[in-house]
Amino acid sequence: MREGSHNYLSARKGLWSWLATTDHKRIGILYAIACGTFFLLGGILATFVRTELGTPGETILDQDGYNQIFTLHGVVMVFLVIIPAIPGILGNFVLPIQIGAKDVAFPRLNLASWYLFMAGALMAVFGWLFVGKVDTGWTFYTPYSSGASNAVLWLTSAVFVAGFASIFTGLNFIVTVHKMRAPGMTWNRLPLFVWAIYATGIVQVLATPVIGITMVLLFLEKLMQIGIFDPALGGDPVLFQHFFWFYSHPAVYIMILPAMGIISDLMGTFSRQQVSGYTFIALSSVAIAFLGFLVWGHHMFVAGQSALSSIIFSMLTFLIGIPTGIKVFNWVATMYKGSVWLRTPMIYALMFLFLFTIGGLTGIMVGVLAVDVHLHDTYFIVAHFHYVMMGGALIGLIGGLHYWWPKMTGRMYNETAGVIAAVLVFIGFNLTFLPQFILGSRGMPRRYHDYTELLPSFPEFAPLNMASTIGSYILGVGLLMILVYALYSLFKGPKAPANPWGACTLEWTHTGPLPDEHNFHETPLVTRGPYDFHLADDVFGPKEEN
Amino acid sequence: MSSTGTTLKHYFVNHEQQFDAAKLGMWLFLVTEILLFSGMFVAYAVYRSWHPEVFTYASELLDWRLGALNTVVLLASSFTVALSIHFVQKGENDKVVVLLLLTLACAAIFMVVKYIEYEGKFSHGVFPGAGFEPHGIVDGKDYSKYDIPFAPQFFSIYFVMTGIHGIHVLVGMGLFGWLITRVARGHFSPQWYTPVELTGLYWHLVDIIWIFLFPLLYLI
Repeated sequence: MREGSHNYLSARKGLWSWLATTDHKRIGILYAIACGTFFLLGGILATFVRTELGTPGETILDQDGYNQIFTLHGVVMVFLVIIPAIPGILGNFVLPIQIGAKDVAFPRLNLASWYLFMAGALMAVFGWLFVGKVDTGWTFYTPYSSGASNAVLWLTSAVFVAGFASIFTGLNFIVTVHKMRAPGMTWNRLPLFVWAIYATGIVQVLATPVIGITMVLLFLEKLMQIGIFDPALGGDPVLFQHFFWFYSHPAVYIMILPAMGIISDLMGTFSRQQVSGYTFIALSSVAIAFLGFLVWGHHMFVAGQSALSSIIFSMLTFLIGIPTGIKVFNWVATMYKGSVWLRTPMIYALMFLFLFTIGGLTGIMVGVLAVDVHLHDTYFIVAHFHYVMMGGALIGLIGGLHYWWPKMTGRMYNETAGVIAAVLVFIGFNLTFLPQFILGSRGMPRRYHDYTELLPSFPEFAPLNMASTIGSYILGVGLLMILVYALYSLFKGPKAPANPWGACTLEWTHTGPLPDEHNFHETPLVTRGPYDFHLADDVFGPKEEN
Repeated sequence: MSSTGTTLKHYFVNHEQQFDAAKLGMWLFLVTEILLFSGMFVAYAVYRSWHPEVFTYASELLDWRLGALNTVVLLASSFTVALSIHFVQKGENDKVVVLLLLTLACAAIFMVVKYIEYEGKFSHGVFPGAGFEPHGIVDGKDYSKYDIPFAPQFFSIYFVMTGIHGIHVLVGMGLFGWLITRVARGHFSPQWYTPVELTGLYWHLVDIIWIFLFPLLYLI
């Protein structure tokens, strides 16, 4: 292949060529830089939280400081990292190439999405730095939020604006998948990552406007006291929770579905065989997207909703386990009798299987009414959603970034360093969050900055919290190590071949080491499915053994 | 490009694909608009079901004649915009300009009537939120008798819903103004009139939302 003389990175030069680009690949890189920065920020805040809790008593933060830090950690990680990251980075970079398109359907709207996202992020940061601190938690429950400082106005506006970035991204991908597929790229030949991003797009388009209007109403509540949510004015705080979770529960699937798509692609490529139950995995993404709209009430079992609602929401919650289980079993079946190739991306895929399964099954546990009354607002919940959000969504993202790194940068990273970091992340993650399951089941509440007064009754809180804090440091070291070898690879890494993994999807088989500015020389004609590995060695060449 | 008035973007195969993509994108955007309003409709439904007598009573302060006038105006504008799409497909751009100007005029009338309604409310202390302090007598109605619990909720919902709807009308007016200049400059042809079609779709949605707002707020 041609050596990087003409590709999407070298085609244009200068800062403006990036800031004004409509190339989906470059927009993906812009998201990567932005989300990476916010992830670093959110991670630093997380270590503050864990350091405070590591030992009893006030360590580094007082009560208010602690509340503000965990609020900012939640807002940054949810709205600025997990929701936008996979669709923004990998969806943008990979999806159009995977379906054989030259770009997304609306490239200018795509760039506008990034600017909206950045505007939202800057509003949040500005409000935080110059207007006042917020200690409501990322959920902005009224009346905390209607009584908090005016920075709430900035944060709600930020969520509104960033929400529209998410809507436009999802809209763009839905139209792209419907209208931009290459000849022969039937729905049955879409890579499962595309199916997952498509299902995510449906959720983004249908759910995000509701958080938008909720934030508008909360904004007006704070600004003009319109009395919809604030009980002091005759409003109903539970209505806010309904509105909030009508978005924020589906948003959980905005976070996890794209990661599931990545795992499907990784399982196929690194087991070197057809992904088991392709149709079931594809349609289970869509099923999760729709079922996800019917379960928001399980966040509110103790918030005063009627017993009948709670029972119905509880039963619907169990249903989510079915399409999710279909995926997990099919991933395992994909490896069965496959030729499993244990490279860094595959290690993350296996990690996802362990961690996400723990997160998912504990989710079923807290969906049980009686169990939830005991576990609600304890560290068990914190552990559960970190297993899903970090152990699922972010581990999937990291695996995907390793997988597509050679295509994005044209360089390989150091495999040994990758494995070591993956092991550190796995150990650190479990050491951080497994103790929190025990802490929560013993009754340690979430969002408390201190547990000294609980120690006489629960002496085990001290060592478990210490273990969790040490785990978070190990996790941090693992993640920083990834950053270091990624930066090293960017400048010094060996040049990547066009298809280092011997994968079957178009981004590997029909582009050079770095894709062209418009992806392909000529539009590919697709004649086979995305995981036809029985052709592998003849058609795609043997996998690199380096 | 040429007589078609537009260039085919390089990432599309043909004009048909480009048009279909734009239209699907617009429909999806309209779905998000409906969901944006759905939150407010739910808030309305919840508070109405809790305090039906207050909502019935408070809605007496809204003038159904002005609301009905605006309904007629918006329906007329939907008709003119539909005709404009019909004529742009036939290439009769003179008629398109006239029809879009009529649409713009209808939208302006709507906003003027809305201004009259808002002004009448504000001058008698009917504000959304904390400033709610109705006073004075209009058309034999003593406003101060409407200062009852949960009447502020009715008017908060009224102002938020009609306010956000009004913003959509203003956006529509901007779009029509922009379209008129483009039609006048001969940008559209029977082969390519995507912006006219999409703005028309948007305008019908704005109209439909008002069709629901009018009876819910003014009549019942």
